[in-house]
Amino acid sequence: MAELSLEGAAPAPPRRPLPAQLKAGLLIVGAIVLLSLLAPWIAPHPWDTISIRTRFQPPSLTYWFGTDDYGRDVLSRLLMGGRLSLAMGIGATIISVLFGVPVGLIAGYFGGKVDETLMRIADVLMAIPAIMLGLLVLAVTPPALWKTAVAVGFVYVPLIARVARSVTLGLARVEFVEAARARAESAAHILFREILPNAWPPLIVEASLRVTYAILLGSALSFLGLGAQPPSSDWGLMISEARAFIDRAPWIALAPGFAMCLLVIGINLIGDGLRERLDPRLKGQIAQTAKVEA
Amino acid sequence: MAGYVLRRLFLIVLVLIAVSLLVFSITSMLPASVAHLILGPFAPPEQVKALEIKLGLNDPILVQYWRWVTRFITRDFGSSMLMDRPVAPILAEALQRSATLTIAAFVLIAGIGVSLGVIAALRHNRPLDHVVSIATYLGIAVPEFFWSIVVILVFAAYLGWLPASGYEPLSAGFWIWLKHLIAPTITLVFAHLAHVSRLTRSSMIEVLQSAYVTAARAKGLPERVVVVRHALRNALLPTITVLALDIGRLMGGIVVIETVFAYPGLGRLLVFSIQQRDLPTLQAAIVVVAAVYALANLVADLLYAWLNPKIRYGRTVA
Repeated sequence: MAELSLEGAAPAPPRRPLPAQLKAGLLIVGAIVLLSLLAPWIAPHPWDTISIRTRFQPPSLTYWFGTDDYGRDVLSRLLMGGRLSLAMGIGATIISVLFGVPVGLIAGYFGGKVDETLMRIADVLMAIPAIMLGLLVLAVTPPALWKTAVAVGFVYVPLIARVARSVTLGLARVEFVEAARARAESAAHILFREILPNAWPPLIVEASLRVTYAILLGSALSFLGLGAQPPSSDWGLMISEARAFIDRAPWIALAPGFAMCLLVIGINLIGDGLRERLDPRLKGQIAQTAKVEA
Repeated sequence: MAGYVLRRLFLIVLVLIAVSLLVFSITSMLPASVAHLILGPFAPPEQVKALEIKLGLNDPILVQYWRWVTRFITRDFGSSMLMDRPVAPILAEALQRSATLTIAAFVLIAGIGVSLGVIAALRHNRPLDHVVSIATYLGIAVPEFFWSIVVILVFAAYLGWLPASGYEPLSAGFWIWLKHLIAPTITLVFAHLAHVSRLTRSSMIEVLQSAYVTAARAKGLPERVVVVRHALRNALLPTITVLALDIGRLMGGIVVIETVFAYPGLGRLLVFSIQQRDLPTLQAAIVVVAAVYALANLVADLLYAWLNPKIRYGRTVA
């Protein structure tokens, strides 16, 4: 995520200091990504070894965040679970971008009947709250985390498509697109070689925020039992399992809760910082920088 | 205006037809046969076959859909397979409970969110502004199910003020009813406050810098009048759109909140019917949710048009 965002900031004019939010966000998310990636090597205990004797240990020097009802180290589970939550959020966002962006480009570029049809389909999908659509998709198959990612990605396709469409609408009448049309380039060439490279900045802002929503939605689905399955240490599932012990061992639920909080705040800060850099409200300006670059 | 409303209502009907088709096709992909679900795993195959024929499960999918739709229109939503009761009254009950929860949360979100936004804007970049920003940031950053656990931990486990979960009807006494409603409402409000307060704050900041606010101040109007009558009225326009979206978010939110707090509303019914593969309940519940959602969006659009004289749907500006 961190690398992606840096690239997104790159096309902005040089020598402007990075917004403070962006720096703070990158720092938080970078730390979480790093810790999660290194989890198998830095986790102080095995994440899945059950031990009756160490059940419900409160936080201590040996078990920084305590142990859970199976005597497993909460910190180690947290670190391993971070990989799952991040992978799920990023995977879902990639899916929604892969499908949503082409749909949006086509709708925005061709307009008319095509646009109308695609956007009405999007309306239908958006007429059901995201979590219910996700539940519905997941209801037909036995739960697994990758299916949750696919379902969440599917739920967000219309949203990404809408953003891509509105960006394309602005770019479709710009001179370099007219020029490409005059050269009789194929529609695919115009969409993916002329328009898409210039549509990235607002799309990246949207995608970075989508990762947050995807993580929240995915963890909610896991929480409801339609995502990661035990003994996995997905954060949503960890919180769900800790519910029964909330009064005697609150640390089991609080640790993944705060971790998720930190991650989502970090990603939100990156999104806000990026937005400040490339304000989508100033679409004219984006189109203008695009023109200059082309 | 009437023409516009009619056109929108027609569109809503179209959307609902599409939603019902979507739901019907997804649920028809469910692995186990409904007859199997009803009769249990040890039913003799000939009985399963007989029930499949009786329920019309072997008819083409479109025939089944048509049968379902025609019944739906006459408000015969079928019978819940698990609860062995007609779906319509179950749904009506759940809808009413969810509506209580959602409306209470919505009113509080609108009231508290706008006030916090205005306060933060008036104290722009001062400590209070930052406190509000951070608090509301926490609200959206943390999933609802985590807040609900924190609320249970604080108000039920430690303070013992509120019941940890459950629902009591109004007939059990007003206080008992209210007590069961408070915890889920607080959670919903906190989890959804940020959008409203942040948007109100940013549009208030923008409006407070505008020329007509300066003019109003220059006229010597008291600050309160400037803030409320001049600035807030204009700053609220974008907030109203977001509030409309919040109705949708709240309807998503109740799925998790009602499950955690064991609150028997629409969200819990939905999760229950998915877990138990109770198709008639699931299909009807989703269509009802989509209908409420679409109507809420329509109301928001109309409200927006009514408040913003620049927009008049259905006729050209005079």
